[in-house]
Amino acid sequence: MSKKLNLTLHVWRQKGPTAAGDFVKYPASGIDDHMSFLEMLDVVNEGLIEKGDDPIAFDHDCREGICGSCGVMINGMAHGPRKATTACQLHMRVFHDGDEIWIEPWRAAAFPVIKDLIVDRGSLDRIVQSGGYVSVRTGAARDANNIAIPKDDADLAMDAAQCIGCGACVAACPNASASLFTSAKIGHLALLPQGGPEREDRVRRMVLQHDAELFGSCTQHGECEAACPKQISINFIARMNADFIKTAVTANADLKQREGQ
Amino acid sequence: MKGGDFRARESNVYRLAEVSGNIIDQCTAQGVPFAREYGGLLDNRSFGGAQVSRTFYARGQTGQQLLLGAYQALERQVDAGTVHTHGRHEMLDLIVIDGVARGIVTRDLVTGEIRPWLADCVVLATGGYGNVFYLSTNAKGCNTTAIWRAHRLGAAFANPCYTQIHPTCIPVAGDYQSKLTLMSESLRNDGRVWVPKDPADATKDPRTIAEGNRDYYLETRYPAFGNLVPRDIASRAAKKVCDEGRGVGPAVDGERRGVYLDFADSIKRLGKSKIEERYGNLFEMYERIAGENPYETPMRIYPASHYTMGGLWVDYNLMTTIPGLFAAGEANFSDHGANRLGASALMQGLADGYFVLPSTLAGYLANFKGPKIADDHAEVRAAVGRVNDRLKLLMSAPKPSRTPDSFHKELGRLVWDECGMGRNAEGLRKALARIPELREEFWKGVRVTGSGAELNQTLEKAGRVADFLELGELMCIDALNREESAGGHFREEHQTEDGEAKRDDEKFSYVAAWGAHGRPQQAEAQQGAPHLRVREARPTELQVT
Repeated sequence: MSKKLNLTLHVWRQKGPTAAGDFVKYPASGIDDHMSFLEMLDVVNEGLIEKGDDPIAFDHDCREGICGSCGVMINGMAHGPRKATTACQLHMRVFHDGDEIWIEPWRAAAFPVIKDLIVDRGSLDRIVQSGGYVSVRTGAARDANNIAIPKDDADLAMDAAQCIGCGACVAACPNASASLFTSAKIGHLALLPQGGPEREDRVRRMVLQHDAELFGSCTQHGECEAACPKQISINFIARMNADFIKTAVTANADLKQREGQ
Repeated sequence: MKGGDFRARESNVYRLAEVSGNIIDQCTAQGVPFAREYGGLLDNRSFGGAQVSRTFYARGQTGQQLLLGAYQALERQVDAGTVHTHGRHEMLDLIVIDGVARGIVTRDLVTGEIRPWLADCVVLATGGYGNVFYLSTNAKGCNTTAIWRAHRLGAAFANPCYTQIHPTCIPVAGDYQSKLTLMSESLRNDGRVWVPKDPADATKDPRTIAEGNRDYYLETRYPAFGNLVPRDIASRAAKKVCDEGRGVGPAVDGERRGVYLDFADSIKRLGKSKIEERYGNLFEMYERIAGENPYETPMRIYPASHYTMGGLWVDYNLMTTIPGLFAAGEANFSDHGANRLGASALMQGLADGYFVLPSTLAGYLANFKGPKIADDHAEVRAAVGRVNDRLKLLMSAPKPSRTPDSFHKELGRLVWDECGMGRNAEGLRKALARIPELREEFWKGVRVTGSGAELNQTLEKAGRVADFLELGELMCIDALNREESAGGHFREEHQTEDGEAKRDDEKFSYVAAWGAHGRPQQAEAQQGAPHLRVREARPTELQVT
């Protein structure tokens, strides 16, 4: 049986990237506890439109936890209180009648607010553009079974590949670091033979791009792993750092050797 | 061919099968982490109606991983400077000059800027129109606007009534429901489908309903297949028992639409740990959404719209009836006939993009001799003008009272009821009478807040709903015209004695490609509200498969 909840929302409203924002209080009454969090926002928005007010802008698309579009801070937690759950998959039954809920956009210098709860995550795309791929031309692939891959490696690569790029790791991190995201993208390809030839160049370029986008450094708080809706392990950050350091050393040595010639 | 119920175009199906192996090679080379056997080779499993294990997969998210592979390949081109992406832009019209597609008009969803983009050809890879039902398994952003705008300018729209309904989705929980979640069909391998024999038992705790009072309707009616009957049969059977008032779960709008999928016997037979190993993540997902533990109490499922086989008519080169306009993936109609087999949506999308268009576009461009066009060309200005006029109309309905979503929900319910799992002439005529009324109400009463010169999600929705209001009508016209049952299109008048789909190969082995003949251009429509003249819309039989 469903229960009805009466809630008070404090929602971050901000007209545009340069406008000042603030929390605005909205009552959300008669909320069915089977609703998803975004459906609750839909209901509030329908009421706002009917009154002629501007509805709360928020990003969303698949609403089944795989596209990475949605994502807001809910009472200070990225994607809200439930572990391994995106905001769209969070259901209102985790809240209680009379609760106050604070809803904010991801906060990070690299994620400028576009409007209300919507942020620009183009910085994550630019990290992927910096080598987060295998250089293979379409139509020129060899037979897939020519590359045998140990099952354990394929499974671990798959663990990393699950990253949906939502940005929760950045929002949860006290340093606003995107290390978990970047390391998942790097780790996925580093664990597969297809990613081998470009491994060193990839880790160097992607880490430097990460820093250039104004994401902070990882200081091992572990908040990212706790917030990640796909439960990506912080171990991938260790793998990334190991690769990066190795690359820095060998790149230096290679350079010296070339200079000596 | 059989999967499409003999309504697919053979040449396309042949080509799709031919390049399907290359897709796996290509994706593997990109780094898509397909599942592996212990020996390191690619693993296979059975999927979606195939009797043998021949589907490559990446855990439970093959589509997601194929998408990421394509995304990474795209970002590589961005890095190389060969591609520029424009995120948060929406195509709102097509530019056709001298009968040839020469560009599009977009709205920047952040700033509201309307601008034309000129080109030597245009490719639409904008997906299907399943969200016409409002509730579907599609992402919320999926819409028909790009292909519908092209159709309004003359691109034939083929087989709009062919829509696929997936039997195992989590049922609607309330009128606030915004989307339906697909559960893997593999659940039917070990779950038993049933409803109470007596409608009075619908609200009882299912565990307290005695075995003798349960109706395992699939096992009784289809003893050979049992719970593994094909998708369309499972879907219609669920609808039938719910129509009889024997549905279970919460009542939404006074109706209970759900059937039990019960794992109790399998848990007893195999043990909880075995079931957990097979379906653990699915059970967890169900618990998250429905708030019930499927190890303890039966799951509830109900069919939902999942894919649309219809779309813009294209030739073998994927070109629409407007020269220079191409359509790829779910946006075209070409490969699936009247129904689609599991895994083949991904296959077609990637085949079209990776292997077909690179050849056919090059062929088109090599022979292209169109003149240079500038932004101030009369047709370009006309297209931009159409977009601006339409947006203005959406923002200034004479009696703004209802939200775009409320219209969308009403349309979706209507099309779902009359042109969903089962269709009949009476219901389709009812929908055809109601949709134009609803469209009129929409243009009179849609309420859009804010302005067009900013990020405005209400305005985005309103434009998409306006197009669904036209497409829904064409779906019903097509469904009424097709006096047979085939694949996802089930006309209740045309069924065998056992209630199976009855095709009419003599009369209907053709693709119904609807032209925009006789339809007034948008600018001429009364008060700008686009209006379809139903009787004048007729199929142009472009080809016989």
